[in-house]
Amino acid sequence: MRIPLAVAAFASLLATSAALAQSTLEAVQKKGFVQCGVNVGLAGFSQPDSQGVWKGIDVDLCRAVAAAVFGDAGKVRFTPLTAQQRFTALQSGEIDILSRNTTWTITRDTSLGLNFVGVNYYDGQGFMVPAKKKVKSARQLNGATVCVQPGTTTELNLADYFRTHNMKFKPVVIEKLEEVLNAYFSGRCDVYTTDVSGLVAVRASRAPKPAEHVILPEVISKEPLGPAVRHGDDRWFDVVKWSLFAMIEAEELGLGSKNIEQQAGSPNPSIQRFVGASGDIGKMLGLDNRWAVNIVKQVGNYGESFDANLKPLGFERGLNRLWTQGGLMYAPPVR
Amino acid sequence: MKARGLALQAALAAALALLAWWLYSNAAANLAARGISSGFAFLWREAGFEIGETTFAAYSAADTYLRALAIGLANTFRVAAIGVVLATLLGSLVGLARLAPNWLLARIAAAYVETVRNIPLLVQLFFWYAVITDSLPPPAEALEPLPGVFLTNRGIFFPLPGDVPQLSGFNFSGGAALTPEFAALLIGLTTYTAGFIAEIVRAGILSVPRGQVEAARSLGLGRRAELRHVLLPQALRLMVPPMTSQYLNLTKNSSLAVAIGYPDLVSIANTAMNQTGQAIEGVAVIMAVFLTISLSISAFMNWYNRRSALRGLAA
Repeated sequence: MRIPLAVAAFASLLATSAALAQSTLEAVQKKGFVQCGVNVGLAGFSQPDSQGVWKGIDVDLCRAVAAAVFGDAGKVRFTPLTAQQRFTALQSGEIDILSRNTTWTITRDTSLGLNFVGVNYYDGQGFMVPAKKKVKSARQLNGATVCVQPGTTTELNLADYFRTHNMKFKPVVIEKLEEVLNAYFSGRCDVYTTDVSGLVAVRASRAPKPAEHVILPEVISKEPLGPAVRHGDDRWFDVVKWSLFAMIEAEELGLGSKNIEQQAGSPNPSIQRFVGASGDIGKMLGLDNRWAVNIVKQVGNYGESFDANLKPLGFERGLNRLWTQGGLMYAPPVR
Repeated sequence: MKARGLALQAALAAALALLAWWLYSNAAANLAARGISSGFAFLWREAGFEIGETTFAAYSAADTYLRALAIGLANTFRVAAIGVVLATLLGSLVGLARLAPNWLLARIAAAYVETVRNIPLLVQLFFWYAVITDSLPPPAEALEPLPGVFLTNRGIFFPLPGDVPQLSGFNFSGGAALTPEFAALLIGLTTYTAGFIAEIVRAGILSVPRGQVEAARSLGLGRRAELRHVLLPQALRLMVPPMTSQYLNLTKNSSLAVAIGYPDLVSIANTAMNQTGQAIEGVAVIMAVFLTISLSISAFMNWYNRRSALRGLAA
């Protein structure tokens, strides 16, 4: 999988002529669907269900963009990507959006030729160990063997953390999630490390016996996860950014998939603008004026997406509550 | 006639150069237009990630990408060099066993060859890795078949003179260790390539004219002397060229290490590419290194081929 993708990426980087004039929005409208890069399988973020339908908050963001652009959340195709494939896929134009629990860092924002549109999950890196090891704190992990996926900020934070605390570790670096988890569950490693959201999802959905694994209390990094688009296409950047903000704003306004049609007649001027009854915000984005209604009606607001995908796995809202409830989720005004 | 040939060749070379230049300038322009960094300056930046095992040299996260790649290269060399030697030994034994007069031995050898040649190598690597990590016990319950030798799912630990492995904390420390990743990769590459080498050995021996064997027998040579003095010297000449390609295959196949977490050159380069986003440079490094290794093996084997060919009947 990796090699053909890399080859495709080169071919496209080498052979496409420098004048890549057409904007992504036009290209997407022309082909009739949004091509969205997602995780190959991380419960709650992006994973196909038993019917093969992709589910998760990252998947919902892709659907929201499709709803905004086409008025139909179904006009999206998913490209499952490993951590190593994801940036090349976006850079080469194989996908239009990368919505794959990707940490926003300055290096990625500046040197990889992509732009992060915002944050759809505030996360941090943690450690999971088998309960029978009786480890209570990450500070007791000196000399441990740690399973980790390559090409992630996780791999760097891990090295930083052990360096800072003057501890040693042996990494076992495996690209595919199944294989790295096999290595951890078979006892090849003492510890599995990734973002806490990933640990919770893996423990709930992949561990043979979830109760036999504990997540240590230390959260060793800031991992703001968010969707990204290619650098240099501001219109598409705006569309994806505001699709995400629309989901957050809708929750703040009390608009959800069940009530948005009734609320469309509300005299509240914020709601009027949001649903496109007044003003022409949709047109400013180059979209239909009902763009936000389509997102909320077909996909739901941020809270609905969270409750449908993450809550059943045992996730707390925590930092991902709205700012009005003490969290960090904050959308700039839709006006 | 000759001038026209030369002109055609020159035109072809010029067209290739033009195409290369066009691809290069396009790539450079596209990278710049998309704001992707390029160039090899990243090689001197701090890598920031750890590597599970190193060969010959030490490494820490504070070292540069260049050093990380060199460590990866050394790891590739280690598994390829040991793999080539072991695969040659095992392959020769199996090849001879297939020709053995003993029916059972020949059948077992044939079954081995058919099995390893017809299962994808990647699957075999997953198999060996699972065998080691799932069937061996954790360090606290390590098997100790010989004093100081410990078998665990963290690897196999051997004592060195004055340095016996000891269980401390999570794992054994001291002595020498063979990690499960290295062991699985080495076993996988060796057994897989040995299957092909066995067939080359068998073909080489069978290609020696029947009269040579009969002549050896009529001189009263035993089976062993017949092999050593009559069959192998003649068979070897024919075996060298296909063996070269098996050695090249083994070396190139070592890049499947990524799948089971052995930090070979490709695995390290992949990580570097992902951390820096400089995929073109990273793949260029991988290609240049494998080309150099492969051409070196080729050059050596060609030299050996010429040498052994001169001693043969054809001379």
